[in-house]
Amino acid sequence: MTTLTLGRASIPAKYLPVLVTGCLFVAMFMVGGIRYEGFATGQIILNVFIDNAFLLVMAVGMTFVILTGGIDLSVGSVVALSTMISASLMAGPGWPPYLVVPLVLAIGSGLGLVMGYIVHAFDIQPFIVTLAGMFLARGLCYTIGTDSIPIEDPTFTAFAQTRIDLFADMWISPSVIIALVVVAVAAYVLRYTRFGRSVYATGGSEQSALLMGLPVGRTKITVYTISGFCSALGGVLLSFYMLSGYGLHAVGMELDVIAAVVIGGTLLTGGSGFLLGTVLGVLVLGLIQTIISFEGTLSSWWTKIFIGLLLFVFILLQRLFSARSRR
Amino acid sequence: MATEPASRSEAINTERGDMAVPAPVLTMGGIGKQFPGVKALDGVDLRLLPGEVHALMGENGAGKSTLIKVLTGVYPADAGTIELGGAPVAFGSPLEAQQAGISTVYQEVNLCTNLSVAENIFIGREPRRFGRIDWKRMRARAKKLLSRLELSLDVSAPLSTYSLAIQQMVAIARAIDVEARVLILDEPTSSLDAGEVEQLFRVMRRLKEEGIAILFVSHFLDQIYEISDRMTILRNGTLVGEYLTRELSQVQLVAKMIGQELAALERLHGEAKVFDRPLIEARELGRTGAIEPFSMTIHEGEVVGLAGLLGSGRTEIARLLFGADHAGSGEIVVSGSVTSLRTPRAAMGHKIAFCSENRKADGLIPDLTVRENIILALQATRGWTRPVPREQQDELVGKYIKALKISPPNPEHLVRNLSGGNQQKVLLARWLILEPRLLILDEPTRGIDVGAKTEIQRLVAELSDGGMAVLFISAELEEVLRLSHKVGVLRDRRLVAELPNDDSLTTDVLMETIASGASQMNASEASNVDASGGRAS
Repeated sequence: MTTLTLGRASIPAKYLPVLVTGCLFVAMFMVGGIRYEGFATGQIILNVFIDNAFLLVMAVGMTFVILTGGIDLSVGSVVALSTMISASLMAGPGWPPYLVVPLVLAIGSGLGLVMGYIVHAFDIQPFIVTLAGMFLARGLCYTIGTDSIPIEDPTFTAFAQTRIDLFADMWISPSVIIALVVVAVAAYVLRYTRFGRSVYATGGSEQSALLMGLPVGRTKITVYTISGFCSALGGVLLSFYMLSGYGLHAVGMELDVIAAVVIGGTLLTGGSGFLLGTVLGVLVLGLIQTIISFEGTLSSWWTKIFIGLLLFVFILLQRLFSARSRR
Repeated sequence: MATEPASRSEAINTERGDMAVPAPVLTMGGIGKQFPGVKALDGVDLRLLPGEVHALMGENGAGKSTLIKVLTGVYPADAGTIELGGAPVAFGSPLEAQQAGISTVYQEVNLCTNLSVAENIFIGREPRRFGRIDWKRMRARAKKLLSRLELSLDVSAPLSTYSLAIQQMVAIARAIDVEARVLILDEPTSSLDAGEVEQLFRVMRRLKEEGIAILFVSHFLDQIYEISDRMTILRNGTLVGEYLTRELSQVQLVAKMIGQELAALERLHGEAKVFDRPLIEARELGRTGAIEPFSMTIHEGEVVGLAGLLGSGRTEIARLLFGADHAGSGEIVVSGSVTSLRTPRAAMGHKIAFCSENRKADGLIPDLTVRENIILALQATRGWTRPVPREQQDELVGKYIKALKISPPNPEHLVRNLSGGNQQKVLLARWLILEPRLLILDEPTRGIDVGAKTEIQRLVAELSDGGMAVLFISAELEEVLRLSHKVGVLRDRRLVAELPNDDSLTTDVLMETIASGASQMNASEASNVDASGGRAS
């Protein structure tokens, strides 16, 4: 049995990657607190949540997909398409948000469903299917319009600018609450439902899962649908944040999402990982951006450099952990 | 292979009428199954009695797998009836069979090693409370179920932390949780070592006491004789008969399986040969953590057997001699001059060939044809810029297909579609084409049927008569004895003895040499070898 012994408590090996990410987050926060004036406040962490709520929601969907051993490259484009559809429907025909948002969520889920069906029914690599989905969704944005469309719907903007005050002058946006609800529901589903456990089993060994009588095909289709839904919801949250729809929103964001999930300790080969890790992964990415903005002199491209380095370290760590637990 | 088709009358003649036989749990009668161009099963009967281990015997291709697949609903039967507990049944899928109480555990453990032990037992039918999975109850039930198998595991630990043998037990636990009346074990022991097999057998005996009927398939005759009460023998898709295990000797069994008396079961080397031309000599050769320094000389035309338990250092010796691993100490002398075999390529330059133990992972490429697989090593020695002419390929490949009786004799057949024995022959052919002076065979007969086994053994004897030196590694001591001129015995990564194979050397002596000082050897294994040795003589 691989366990890490800390004092008298021992932690099962499966929690190690999450623990590493958690320690990293705490360490980064402490370094920031020592280096910069006014960094070590609760609001800094809440701001990370506020600025990355959409990323968190997308990462939840991606976690489902990666746990089955798949990948979804279409998420960034689906986000862009969602912002575009929302903005154009509210600007042009003047649809109210309570019609637009459900429609956008349905479109996102539908796209995911179709991709999942293709992956399962024709037994095609998810990489290539979702790559096609990525081009398709991005292309569809430009059939709506090539320019940025501002969102001026009063209900929508009012909701977007709502501040929910917490104690001690700290506040969050409604998006954060939505994201945390999504995380909580997803964590429950993964842990306490048969579907959730099928996700892990499928990622562990698809062949075995089939022979054990699990609904592998249905599971795979469902995770892509979930990812599509989460991307669309992420798109709605991004619309709150940007108050515009634009075909160039969220370019390359699928890679940020994958990076967050991997840094959160989920194995790309599937079958191992936790949602808590994904949350921590998103927080680490967000904190890197915060630190670089506090540094002031560094260009924002340094974010990419740090994410790149972190990814290297984490995939090497994953290798180490899986080699150790196989023994 | 069979000389005459099995007759129905022989089946009737066999022991069937003993008085104490309880009503069968399962009866299959007159089962027939036709595949395009092949009659896979023809009029096969099988009955399983409660509380008995029933061995299903036959060579590869005799129809064992097909019969199991018909029984468990993978294939529909073309003819015949299946009765479970007296009522006729026909299953549409393995799941239906399982729900009716017929569970199957396959050779490869079909579980998810990333999930916990408890989950692997219950996934798909987890106990739930208010719609959510009740983890506490699941763990408790898993613990209880495993204690029925005399196992005490941490059920919340991932399955990957346990050995293959334990994983197999967990698969059995999963199978019997569904109120199994019939448990089918299809080659469960082929990747287990002796201690693990013993553990499995303990579990099987316990289940037997509970009244479960067990259908057991294995290539290891010793195991069949240790665990089974009754056996049904198939040959070429037809029934040979049903026998009580204690009333059928191993030689009779083999004869019935292949349909002819087996002269080959006797020792293959009759007269003593004199070996005076050393081919390869290891002097204090060793590698830390793999094998203690050892010395050994292999002469031209000599077959040297290596005996020892799994993990005792047999394969490690082979890898050192082939240059697949670097020696930490000592030297290798080939034909009188000290050589460093730093890579397999260097070893191949000295005409040393190595047939690895794991033919699927290390040796054969399943998606290439028989011809391409055979030609591979020859091509590698020539370099990729000088392709072997197609005519020469066809000629060589044809020659070896014929010599080794590779079936089907079609050089363009994909290797993945060949049976285990024939795949092994393809691997052998690949190395024989290089005309090696030393051929290292690591478990060449594992998992292949008796007929192919005998052919490979005969081939080894012929090759050594022709002057080739052979290093023969096998877990089956009788096989090592039958073939070798001398036997090196390994224990705990140390070469403990080098015994000349004369009349005084028996499997018992080998067992003792392996066991002396090694505390893991338990009495039942020794008696197992005893018993089988006694039967074969």
